[in-house]
Amino acid sequence: MRPEYPLFYSFHFYLFGLIALASAILFVTRRSPVAAAMWLVNVMFSLAALYVMMDAHFIGAIQVLVYAGAIMVVFLFVVMLLNLGHADAVTDQRSGGVRLTAAAVALVLLSELAVLTNPDWLPVLPQPIGNPPPAEGGAVAVIADPLFREYLLAFELTSVLILVAIVGAVVLGRRTNA
Amino acid sequence: MINEALALSAALFAIGVVGVLTRRNALIVFMCVELMLNAVNLAFVAFSKLHGMGGQVFVIFVMTVAAAEAAVGLAIVIALFRHRQTVDLDDIGLLRG
Repeated sequence: MRPEYPLFYSFHFYLFGLIALASAILFVTRRSPVAAAMWLVNVMFSLAALYVMMDAHFIGAIQVLVYAGAIMVVFLFVVMLLNLGHADAVTDQRSGGVRLTAAAVALVLLSELAVLTNPDWLPVLPQPIGNPPPAEGGAVAVIADPLFREYLLAFELTSVLILVAIVGAVVLGRRTNA
Repeated sequence: MINEALALSAALFAIGVVGVLTRRNALIVFMCVELMLNAVNLAFVAFSKLHGMGGQVFVIFVMTVAAAEAAVGLAIVIALFRHRQTVDLDDIGLLRG
């Protein structure tokens, strides 16, 4: 059986979920890149709230700091650098066949949603582990332990990825006068 | 709450796909990719409720890859803008057959 959640919890879960959904829809329909970026930040904030409600406190904090803070600021920085902020007659929404394809793909993905919301069609999932007891090191230690033990190799490879990204960004971004 | 979170994740991913397919502004297409990555992160966190902390560790990896992708992708956008004075993806068809 599905575990019961207090009404307070469910209400806020649905509230933030609906905010995320509405902001996402507004995000893809805005013409101005700046307005779109602001709605995307709103999506990310509501997702951070959902992460905290699902006992992923550290992920929620990182979501606000890295995603809403750093990555979106880089996007806005590029928008301003290229002076693209004004939506001057941008009809950048495609038309015709591409729209039809998009609708078809959306339909396929939304049917997945329909399956997910119908518990009878789903395989029986293991019961939630429930609230883990507060770890000694707090919210960070819970993640740091597997990150630096089980996933140490992946963590080290990530540093190579970041190095490649830095070098790539510098090479692509510099002026080629030669 | 797991089912609801997975449903929201699927919906956000669908919205991101629609954005990637229907928009022509390269920056907005990039932001839609970020939205799709966020949807995947939500699914990871939801499943970490069922299967332990591995999901949350993967969210951290996804965020790292997203940051690297944003850095390189935006550098490409800037380089493109320098050559073509546009970020409209329909004007950039050099590799199109």
